[in-house]
Amino acid sequence: MDIPYTVHNRPDTGIYNAKLGIWLFLASEVMLFGGLFSAYVLLRAGAEPGMWPHGWLDVRLGTINTLLLALSAITTLLAWAACKVREFGKFKFFHGCTILLALTFLGIKSYEYHDKFIHYEIALNDGTFVDGHLKEKSADFDLKKKTGTVTLHGRVVQDRKELMDLRMPAAQAAVLEEHVIQAADIKKMQNYGPWHNTFTAIYFTMTGLHALHILGGTLVIFYLWGPGSRMWKTDPERFTNRIEVSGLFWHFVDLVWIFLFPVMYLT
Amino acid sequence: MQANVQQFPPFREPGAAHGHDDHGHEHHEPGFWTKYIFSSDHKVIGIQYGITALTFLLFGFFLMLLMRWQIAHPTQPVPFLGPLLEKMLGPMAAGGAISADLYNAFGAMHGTIMVFLGVVPLAFAAFGNYVVPLMIGAPDMTFPRINMASYHAFFLGGVVMFVSFFIPGGAAQAGWTSYSPLATTIPTNGQAFWLVGMVLLITSSLLGAVNFIATIIQLRAPGMTWMRLPWFVWAQFVTAFILLLAFPPLEAAGVLQLMDNALGTSFFLPTGLAVAGKVGEASGGGSPLLWQHLFWFLGHPEVYVLILPAMGVVAEIVANNTRKPLWGYKSLVYSVLAVGFLSFIVWAHHMYMTGMGQRIATFFQATTMIISIPSVIILTCLLLSLWGGSIRINTPMLFALGFLPMFGIGGLTGLPLGLAAADLYLHDTYYVIAHFHYVVAPGTIFALFAGIYFWFPKMTGRKMNEFWGRVHFWCSFVFMNLVFMPMFAQGIKGMIRRMSDGGVNYSAARVPGAIDTLPGSIMELNTWILWAAIALGIAQIPFIINLFWSIKHGEKVGTNPWQATTLDWHTPTPPPHGNFPQEPHVVRGPYEYNAPGFEGGFAPQAEFPAAGQGHAQPAHH
Amino acid sequence: MSETEKPVTLQSYIRLCTVIFIVVMCAVGSMIGTSFAHIGEGWTAKVAIILAIAAVNAFLVAGYLMHLLSEKKLIYTVLTFTVIFVIGLFGLTLWAMTDFPVGTATH
Ligand code: HEM
Ligand SMILES: [Cu+2]
Repeated sequence: MDIPYTVHNRPDTGIYNAKLGIWLFLASEVMLFGGLFSAYVLLRAGAEPGMWPHGWLDVRLGTINTLLLALSAITTLLAWAACKVREFGKFKFFHGCTILLALTFLGIKSYEYHDKFIHYEIALNDGTFVDGHLKEKSADFDLKKKTGTVTLHGRVVQDRKELMDLRMPAAQAAVLEEHVIQAADIKKMQNYGPWHNTFTAIYFTMTGLHALHILGGTLVIFYLWGPGSRMWKTDPERFTNRIEVSGLFWHFVDLVWIFLFPVMYLT
Repeated sequence: MQANVQQFPPFREPGAAHGHDDHGHEHHEPGFWTKYIFSSDHKVIGIQYGITALTFLLFGFFLMLLMRWQIAHPTQPVPFLGPLLEKMLGPMAAGGAISADLYNAFGAMHGTIMVFLGVVPLAFAAFGNYVVPLMIGAPDMTFPRINMASYHAFFLGGVVMFVSFFIPGGAAQAGWTSYSPLATTIPTNGQAFWLVGMVLLITSSLLGAVNFIATIIQLRAPGMTWMRLPWFVWAQFVTAFILLLAFPPLEAAGVLQLMDNALGTSFFLPTGLAVAGKVGEASGGGSPLLWQHLFWFLGHPEVYVLILPAMGVVAEIVANNTRKPLWGYKSLVYSVLAVGFLSFIVWAHHMYMTGMGQRIATFFQATTMIISIPSVIILTCLLLSLWGGSIRINTPMLFALGFLPMFGIGGLTGLPLGLAAADLYLHDTYYVIAHFHYVVAPGTIFALFAGIYFWFPKMTGRKMNEFWGRVHFWCSFVFMNLVFMPMFAQGIKGMIRRMSDGGVNYSAARVPGAIDTLPGSIMELNTWILWAAIALGIAQIPFIINLFWSIKHGEKVGTNPWQATTLDWHTPTPPPHGNFPQEPHVVRGPYEYNAPGFEGGFAPQAEFPAAGQGHAQPAHH
Repeated sequence: MSETEKPVTLQSYIRLCTVIFIVVMCAVGSMIGTSFAHIGEGWTAKVAIILAIAAVNAFLVAGYLMHLLSEKKLIYTVLTFTVIFVIGLFGLTLWAMTDFPVGTATH
C-alpha cells in the first residue's frame, strides 16, 4: 500500500500531507521564536535603567536586508505560481532570484557581525572608557604582560551609560577620532561579541538562529531548484507541492525577520 | 486545491510512472542495514525505539542503585563495583566511593535518562510508532523518512549524553532541571554535552510529533471517524501536540544556556554573580528565573507526555480484558483534550518557592486544581470500566490494574504540592520525589510493562511466559511500594532531596538536641529503601529473560490472541510492510466486546472488502 | 491556495506581489520614520507604533504570501492553539516576573 494523500488533498481535511506537516512544524517554530522573543522582552524589561542599548545597529543595512527578504518572499511565491501555470523556465528564474537574494542577505549579515567583532570597548585604569573600531594592534601588544598599544577609531566617555543610547543628541554629536591606548592603561578590553552585554547576547543569538534558518531554507530551495527539479518531469504536481511547502517555510523565515528588524534595529 | 487544478492547465494523468521516492516499497528483500538500521518502516522504528529506551531505562536504574548505596552508606566504597567505577571515572570515584560531585552527576543523569531517553521514547515513540498506524488502519507513518531521522537524532542524543560521563569533570551535575546559574558555574563541560544532547532529543521529538499528528489526521482508514479512534490513539495525539508546542521554548532556553556556557553570555546570570567568593567575569543582567519559566513551560507538559500514553495503554488493556466497552469513552476523549490544553498553563506550580507574588500564585494554584479534574475523570472512567466486567486476569491486565491505584496515589499526593501553602513546606523534599515517582514508576512504567506483555504477540507471534510474567508483576508491585512509600515519611519529616549524604548532616545523630533534625527512624529508612531497590532490580531479571526467551520459545499464538477488536489485531502477525493486505473499512467503534452475533462474541472494528470492490481510493499497485 | 477568487495567471500574481511589495516598503519606511521621530517621552510610544506597523507587514506576508487568508479550518485550529500558548508563555511569565509577594521590596 502506498501512503495516500502525498499529492492530492484528503477530502475531509482538504489538504495534502506535506502541507499539514509544514504547518505543524511552523507552529513549533512559532513557539521557538515565541520563547526567544519572550526572553528578549524580559531581559529588556529587567535591564537596569539606562543600560539597554539603542541605535547600536546600522539601520541602513538592516533596511536593505529587510527589503531583500521581502523581495525573496515574493519571488518564492511567483516561483510557485509559475509551477502552477506550467512555466518551468520562469520557475527557474524566480527561484534563482530567491537564492541570490538569500545569499546577499547572508553576506550583509556577516558583514554586520564582523563589524561588531572589531568594535571594542576598553575600560581604562583612570575610570574612563574608549569605544570604537579596532584600527591596529602593535606587534608587541599583550594585555597580560602590559606591553604595546592598541588603536581604536572612536571616542572617549566618562560614564559607560553614554555608550548605551547612540540616538541621544550627545552621542550623535560625538566626534570619532583615533585613540592610541597603552596596554598598561587598560583595565578591561572587550569587543562587541555576544558576551558583551545582554543586548549583544540576544542580538547574536536571535539573528544567528534566524540566519541558520535562512541557510537551511536556501539549501532546500537550491536543491529543489537544481537536482530536485528533475521531479518536474515525472511528477509535476508533487513537485509544485514541494515548492509550495518550502515556500511556506521561507515566508515564515521572512515573518520572523519582520519582527527582528524593528525590535533589534529600530527600538 | 482540487478546484484550483481545474483553473490551471491540467497535469499529466497520475497513475503512470510515479516518481515515488519517499518510501522504499520495492518488493525485493532488503539487506540487513536497510532492514534494521536505516529502515523507514514504522514497525521497525518502533522496535528500535523500544530496545534503545529499555536499555536506557536499565542504565538509569543502575545509576539509581549506585545513588541509593551512597545515600544509605555515605562515602563508603561501592561493593563489587567500586574498583570498576574508579577505573572508568577516575578521581570522581576515588577509592571506589561515590564523591559528592559524582552523586550529583548520577542524579542529574538519572533524571534526564529516565525521562528523555527512557520513558518518553518507550511510551510515545516506541508504542506510538508501532501501534498507532496499525490501529488507525494506515500503511505507515505519513513521513517515513522523517520518522527514521527522528530515531537517528534520538540515538545521537543518547550517545552524547552517555559520552559525557567520561569527559574530564564528568557529566552534568545541576539536576535534570539544570537551573542556572548553577548549571553554568559548575566547572565541567558535561553541561554543554547535556545541552547539545537535549537539542538533539528535542529535534527528535519534534520530528516525531509532526509525524504522529499528520498520520492521525491524514491517514485514518475510511470510516475511522474521530469518535471511533481507540482511546490510545487519542492519548498519543494529545501527547504529540504537547511535544510539538511545549518543547520549543525549552529548545530556545537550551540554546541560550549553551551560549551562557560556551560563549560567556549572561542570559541567566544575574549582575554581580559571585562564584566561590569571587565576582565573575560575566556581563550580568540576566535572569535565573527566566530559565525556570522556560524549563517548566516544557517541564510540566512533559509529565503529561509521560503519563498520557501510559493511560492509553491501560485503557486498551482494560477494555480488552473486561470484555466490554470503556466506561465513558466520550468523557475520556474530552478529558484528555482538556488535560492537554491545561497542561500548558500550570507550570509555575513548580516555582512557588521563587518569591512569586500572591496573585500569580493564585492563578497557578487555580489552574493546577482545575487540571486535576480531567485527570481524575480519566482515572475514574478506567476504574468504572471494571465494574460488572467478567475480568480476565493475565499479565498485561495485572500490570494495568496495578497502574490504577499507583497512579491514584501519585496524583492525589500532587494536590498538596499544587497548593502554595503546603508546597512551601514540601518543596524540594523527598515528598516530591515520592509523588512523582508514584506517577512515573509504578504508574507509567507498569503501564509500559503491560503494553510490552500485551503487544509482544503482535510483534513476534508468540506470547511471553505467563507464570514468570506474574512473578515479575507481584515482585515489582511489592518492592516498588517498599521503595517509594517510605519517602513520603522522609519528606514530611523534612528530608530534602539531592543530598549526597542522604541527610546525615541534618540527622539527630550528628546534631543531637537541635530542633527538627532527622530522627534515627527516618534515617534508617535509607537502608530499607536500598534493599528494596536492589530487590526491585532482581525482580526485573525474570522479565528480561522472559523477553528474550519468548522471542524464540514463547507459546505460539494466532494473529489475535487476546480476541481484540481494534485494527492492530486484524493484520497478519507480524504485519507486513504496508500493514494491511487489503484496505480496512472501519464500520464501528473500537470496543464492541459485547456482540453476541459475532464469532467469539466481539465485533472487529473493520471489515476488509476484497480488493478492487467498494471504495474509491487512488489505485495502488 | 484552493479558493476560487484566486488569480489564475502569473500576471495576476505579479500584480498582487507588486502591491504587497509597495505596501511593505511604505510600512518599513514609516517604521524607520517613527524610530527617528520625537514621539512621546522615552521609547514606549514609539515601540508600540513600530510593532503595530510590523504587525501589518506580518499580516500581509502571512495572509497573502502564505495564503493563510484562504486556508483550511484544520490549519486555523492548529495555529489558534499555538497563538494561545505563545500568549500564555509570554503573558504569564511577564506577570510572574512583575508580581511580588505583598509586603516585599521590589527592585
Ligand atoms: C494532577 C495531579 C498532579 C498535581 C496536582 C501535581 C503537582 C505537582 C507539583 C505542585 C509539583 C512541584 C512540587 C515541588 O517541586 O515542590 C510536582 C512535581 C512533579 N510532578 Fe506532579 N502533579 C500531578 C501529577 C503528576 C503527573 C501525572 C506526573 C508525571 C507523570 C507528575 C510528575 C511530576 C514530577 C516529575 C515532578 C518533579 C519535578 C522536579 O522538581 O524534579 N506529576 N507535581
Ligand atoms: Cu507540574
